[in-house]
Amino acid sequence: MARKTSPTRQAVVTIAAWTIGFLIFFPILWIIILSFKSEGDAIRTPLQVLMSDWTLQSYHDVQERSNYARHFWNSVIISLGSTALALVIAIPAAWSMAFVPGRRTKDLLMWMLSTKMMPAVGVLVPLYLLFRDFRLLDTHIGLIGVLTMVNLPIVIWMLYTYFKEIPGEILEAARVDGASLRHEIIHVLTPMAIPGIASTLLLNIILAWNEAFWTLQLTTSKAAPLTQFIASYSSPEGLFYAKLSAASTMAIAPILILGWFSQKQLVRGLTFGAVK
Amino acid sequence: MQMNIRALMGASALAMFAGAGLAETTITVATVNNGDMIRMQKLMPAFNEAHPDIKVEWVTLEENILRQRVTTDIATKGGQFDVLTIGTYEAPIWGKQGWLMSLNDLPAEYDVDDLLPAIRGGLTVDDQLIAAPFYGESSMVMYRTDLMEQAGLEMPEAPTWEFIREAAEKMTDKGNEVYGICLRGKAGWGENMAFLTAMSNSFGASWFDMDWKPQFDQQPWKDTLNFYLDLMNNYGPPGASSNGFNENLSLFQQGKCGMWIDATVAASFVTNPAESTVADKVGFALAPDNGLGKRGNWLWAWNLAIPASSTKADAAKTFVAWATSKEYLALVAENEGWANVPPGTRQSLYDNPEYQKVPFAKMTLDLINSADPTHPAVHDVPYIGVQFVAIPEFQGLGTAVGQMFSAALAGSTTADQALSQAQALVTNEMTRSGYIK
Amino acid sequence: MVSPAVILLFLWMIVPLGMTLYFSFLRYNLLMPGMETWAGFDNYYYFVNQPAFWSALTNTLLLVGGVLCITTVGGIALALLLDQPFKGQGIVRVMVIAPFFVMPTVSALVWKNMFMNPVNGMFAHIAKALGMQPYDFLSQAPLASIILIVAWSWLPFATLILLTALQSLDREQMEAAEMDGASWFNRFIHLVLPHLTRSITVVILIQTIFLLSVFAEILVTTNGGPGTASTNLPFLVYAQSLLNYDVGGGSAGGIIAVILANIVAIFLMRMIGRNLES
Repeated sequence: MARKTSPTRQAVVTIAAWTIGFLIFFPILWIIILSFKSEGDAIRTPLQVLMSDWTLQSYHDVQERSNYARHFWNSVIISLGSTALALVIAIPAAWSMAFVPGRRTKDLLMWMLSTKMMPAVGVLVPLYLLFRDFRLLDTHIGLIGVLTMVNLPIVIWMLYTYFKEIPGEILEAARVDGASLRHEIIHVLTPMAIPGIASTLLLNIILAWNEAFWTLQLTTSKAAPLTQFIASYSSPEGLFYAKLSAASTMAIAPILILGWFSQKQLVRGLTFGAVK
Repeated sequence: MQMNIRALMGASALAMFAGAGLAETTITVATVNNGDMIRMQKLMPAFNEAHPDIKVEWVTLEENILRQRVTTDIATKGGQFDVLTIGTYEAPIWGKQGWLMSLNDLPAEYDVDDLLPAIRGGLTVDDQLIAAPFYGESSMVMYRTDLMEQAGLEMPEAPTWEFIREAAEKMTDKGNEVYGICLRGKAGWGENMAFLTAMSNSFGASWFDMDWKPQFDQQPWKDTLNFYLDLMNNYGPPGASSNGFNENLSLFQQGKCGMWIDATVAASFVTNPAESTVADKVGFALAPDNGLGKRGNWLWAWNLAIPASSTKADAAKTFVAWATSKEYLALVAENEGWANVPPGTRQSLYDNPEYQKVPFAKMTLDLINSADPTHPAVHDVPYIGVQFVAIPEFQGLGTAVGQMFSAALAGSTTADQALSQAQALVTNEMTRSGYIK
Repeated sequence: MVSPAVILLFLWMIVPLGMTLYFSFLRYNLLMPGMETWAGFDNYYYFVNQPAFWSALTNTLLLVGGVLCITTVGGIALALLLDQPFKGQGIVRVMVIAPFFVMPTVSALVWKNMFMNPVNGMFAHIAKALGMQPYDFLSQAPLASIILIVAWSWLPFATLILLTALQSLDREQMEAAEMDGASWFNRFIHLVLPHLTRSITVVILIQTIFLLSVFAEILVTTNGGPGTASTNLPFLVYAQSLLNYDVGGGSAGGIIAVILANIVAIFLMRMIGRNLES
């Protein structure tokens, strides 16, 4: 249903929306621009920056110094692994909370969420000791485990709110048909829940990809993801804007592209059942 | 027959080679993302050629993150690194804990006696060399010769603080974004406190008296801080309270500082025409003094050490010996020129006529030799360290006090408030740790 | 079925937390292992009685509150704007959503160096072009600058949720109200806002959880300073345990933070959780 709008109003809205959208996006655009400039040009005034020559030098320097491919794959493995694990644990939990709620379900959910508010640094030393004893330092498994636990509360909660929107009658009907519980989950619930699961999955990949504390503390080389790659460019001696920009672009590009392609999917579940 | 033997020999050589390939040891080296370390990573092919059986994995991190990662790992015996890059502050403390492997058994050609005594002394615990210096530094005045001339002044080789103030005043031209002086203001024991502690020595101040009583309520510290704030507020760049070494370096390279008092290693960066717009207009002078017998220069080195628990000690030692050897210095000189050689560790470097041509070489050596970590202050103190106090608590104290002084520079507190806060905090912590009885 | 997740989370909580609790009663300096002695409640006493503690508490609340204000108000405004039909909606939406995908370290580094730096930053260049003195954001207004950086990361999230909610608004009802001569403001107050209540609740709840533990942005930009002007509770715990290597004190701080987090959780549950029931 199209709404009636006067041409002037539409022009104003178009200009306003584009301006604001551009301003919000500008910092990202700017690092992409700087990444193609030389170090000397990157610190000049914005106009001079735009007028100066384009170069791939910073990408060459970064490539020469760091093993981007390895950091990239580690990020992929860790974010996908922890997402998969979190979903495997969270789907049954969220399902039972949504359909067989107990008296304490709400409290339990809130308690889970509150675990996320604990400052991670507070438990670093104990966890480091545990990781050392279980030989989990600098392993994919260890990091996948930690990131799963860190994001589990949000995952459960998203799935819970999403599952709650599924009308109970459908399940009742399936049960009357004599479908078993497992069957119920696989053939009735899952297809209906796919959009919610998909967006939970996407959000979790983003959160895991961008997690910058544990990934830095618990890895050294073999399992070190892109957050560590960035940490070697953060404030070196001398001029570094162009190299930092190139490294930043390389670190955020994969997730940015994933996010853009899947934004419709992401948005659908992000509403947390808030839209009736 | 002849042919066959040759073929056989060839095959066995190949087999040996393959055998060596199988026995490859991988060592993990944690290092800071400073220019000299990055340069070493570029030169790794030379190491791999000489030692094909050792593979080096680099973990390059920004200084603060590196220090925290490495400390957590060694204190919990996590065993993640085979070679650590540590400073002169950590070395004696960790050495005393028995965390570092002795390097006394390095081969004779390493020539351990060639190491500068001031640097070597700081890395020796109970007669054991516990880390090998990669580069050493002191601090000095770097200034713009053209601006100095414009101001109608001449920089003495050994300036006083009063001269620095006068020169800063005359060189400042805020309209053209030229600030008379750039100094560290970013909070941190290795940032603003390294500078301020070294500066305070030349004002007759110290962190503690012989009874470990903090001295921030004494006049020398008031003079130090007030002089510093006066300089920075009137002739410093905007946002000085978030400027550390890197920020000031980039300001100086862009020609925005008249003078800069900082690490001697900066000399090779500011005179490098590829990075610096003022490369041919830089002069050097000794760190300033107040006529009290101490100059405001510090002593620091980045060193390579091996955790005592390392299971790959042999490979790690081979690497450390290579990276801090005379041959490595020659290798850098050959590839990048003498000005880019990691400075401040070996006497032989300063005896080399080629290196003596580098403008800041002799001054660096003099400054390093003149710094005395065992007697840093004008009067006697119970601690070791020029710009730090070599006790485990210092890192926290230095950073907390650095925050207070940085706040004074930003203008959110006064100098007096900052000093009395510092006095209270340090007294509190030192009492808690049992130094003050 | 609940149990595996609950047990795992419980273990995740309880094992490190138990160790943290134990450490919090020890005098334990990381640089002096093997010297641990029982400290009783000393660590708690010192942690709470340092002047930085209260400013950290205030800063934490200001940070959470500030970012929530900017993102909810900004998010509603932006959602209303993007809900209008205009050319290139898809592209604008892609631009607006982008900051959400940027890792906190990167966004902090970029804002600090490329924008807020008083000499080489974009804002300084603009100020100079206009003949003004560059403003030094991170030392003159550290907390506000960090709020700005964090809000930039979270604004897309709020906008997206609110926009989706807005799109499900009953258009006919809106048009009927418009016919009846209700002003834009009245329609907003009486129709749009009530419709958005639940989504706003969700935005506040989720963001609060993440904002209470903001850490990377502070570490990268101001290191908690100048002074303690931008130190929040997680950063104070970090400073205590990893800059001072006082694991005992840091653990005590961690425990205090957990207690405070649970108070906030209870508060959220009472005040906001109710909204989710409807």
